[in-house]
Amino acid sequence: MKLVVVTAGLTQPSSTRLLADRLAEAAVRRLAGHEPDVRVIELRELAGDVANAFVTGFPNARLRAALDAVTEADALIAVTPIFSGSYSGLFKSFFDVLDNTALTGKPVLVAATGGTARHSLALEHALRPLFAYLRAVVVPTAVYAAAEDWGGGQDAFTDGLGERVERAAAELAGLLTHRVPAAADAGEEVVPFKEQLAALRPKR
Amino acid sequence: MVTKVQFGIFTVGDVTMDPTTGRTPTEHERIKAMVTIALKAEEVGLDVFATGEHHNPPFVPSSPTTMLGYIAARTERLILSTSTTLITTNDPVKIAEDFAMLQHLAEGRVDVMMGRGNTGPVYPWFGQDIRQGIPLAVENYALLHRLWREDVVDWEGRFRTPLQGFTSTPRPLDGVPPFVWHGSIRSPEIAEQAAYYGDGFFANNIFWPKEHFQRLIALYRRRYAHYGHGTAEQAVVGLGGQVFMRKNSQDAIKEFRPYFDNAPVYGHGPSLEEFTAETPLTVGSPQQVIERTLEFRDYFGDYQRQLFLMDHAGLPLKTVLEQLDLLGEEVVPVLRAEFAKGRPAGVPDAPTHASLLAAKREAEIAPVEA
Repeated sequence: MKLVVVTAGLTQPSSTRLLADRLAEAAVRRLAGHEPDVRVIELRELAGDVANAFVTGFPNARLRAALDAVTEADALIAVTPIFSGSYSGLFKSFFDVLDNTALTGKPVLVAATGGTARHSLALEHALRPLFAYLRAVVVPTAVYAAAEDWGGGQDAFTDGLGERVERAAAELAGLLTHRVPAAADAGEEVVPFKEQLAALRPKR
Repeated sequence: MVTKVQFGIFTVGDVTMDPTTGRTPTEHERIKAMVTIALKAEEVGLDVFATGEHHNPPFVPSSPTTMLGYIAARTERLILSTSTTLITTNDPVKIAEDFAMLQHLAEGRVDVMMGRGNTGPVYPWFGQDIRQGIPLAVENYALLHRLWREDVVDWEGRFRTPLQGFTSTPRPLDGVPPFVWHGSIRSPEIAEQAAYYGDGFFANNIFWPKEHFQRLIALYRRRYAHYGHGTAEQAVVGLGGQVFMRKNSQDAIKEFRPYFDNAPVYGHGPSLEEFTAETPLTVGSPQQVIERTLEFRDYFGDYQRQLFLMDHAGLPLKTVLEQLDLLGEEVVPVLRAEFAKGRPAGVPDAPTHASLLAAKREAEIAPVEA
């Protein structure tokens, strides 16, 4: 079972990567027995390639390998820092160069990091609609880690980061293990030309 | 002379500043330069000149058959074609008329490449919708195909006003419609369309890595055989390519780099070295161009037409003419000889008016097999 993690953290080490790793580790634990295979894609390493893909109109070999991995994944964990109230530009750009059918029906866990918990709803008003457009199945729990979450953060009324990570991972694993198998890949066959022509007959 | 593979050039017709001098040619200069380049193509022994069609600056070729008609009058052998003719936003009736007229004036030295066009506003400027690009290409070409083959056409479709008892004039020369290529960068539907009609399929082969075009061409070849036009190996394939040459490859790289770095299509993006590694662009010696082009046959199978993009990104006319000398004198003769070697007997030569006419006459006199 292929699990791909896309992380848009920019520093090294990065708290975005740290959150991505915790989510992946929690998901893998719940998918033991399904031979989970995790691949992490650091968008930082692809920043120039993503920009060039915008200019030339096609992804180079290195970026293509990352896009193919995301396309072929059984599930995706997507983590971004929140900049100016939304996902980072690099994070959005990566999903802009991805084919807009690549995530159709794919379980996706979205998560984000930020300096303050006041930006946590960016997950709901920015990331969730992005993946809804891409027709992904986004798990109900989106995980936000503010700076204070790394030192506790929970109180009597709110789950801590650890609980939220576990809940989101359980939801992702649940989707993966209970979903209907995808239809067999139709390959490259096209709509037969007669059908293309017939679809154009004048409406009476 | 039988030309197994046709070699030629295709032009976008962009008016672009020469980044080394800061000078931008006028539209008039660019149009005259395109004609000079076409005449040079014949002079150096190339087979084909093809022009794009655009309806927005900085491009000049909005009226390809006007330009090709003028070039036809000043050439003897050159095949005049397009790269591409907009099957989506042009009236298919006018395409049928214009290219049949050109065919008569040029004594049959005409074919045409259909394309959809990727400039969004051109569609509404011509009363169409880009979201209907594929259906427009399918319906308009279905009509065009009939207009060239049936003397009187009754027709009704989605996109154009109906026709009752319409005859497109002049009729195609010798009753042989111009050969049609379908060009596509992305769409399997167009490969399917080309296969359905037994037309040619042209892969621009410039902007994307070869693996992308290998998939499209393989689909076209498979479907060509499916529709009974011949074997997959007999499908009619054309390829683009772009090169810049000097005797010494380092000189070529040094001279071309500012044009690459500022090119409207890919400039300010990847380095020249990255782009040449990722796409068929070759910048180097004529020998390097020969070696790279010979690889195309390994990737795509034996094919019928090779067009090179030579006059873009602000390259001065003098430079382009020097490039054509190198192409005609040092590259194409070697490619002709090499492509002829080991070419399976069943692979057809590049289509010409003469070959299509001969095939038509053969079909007319051949007895019907039981």
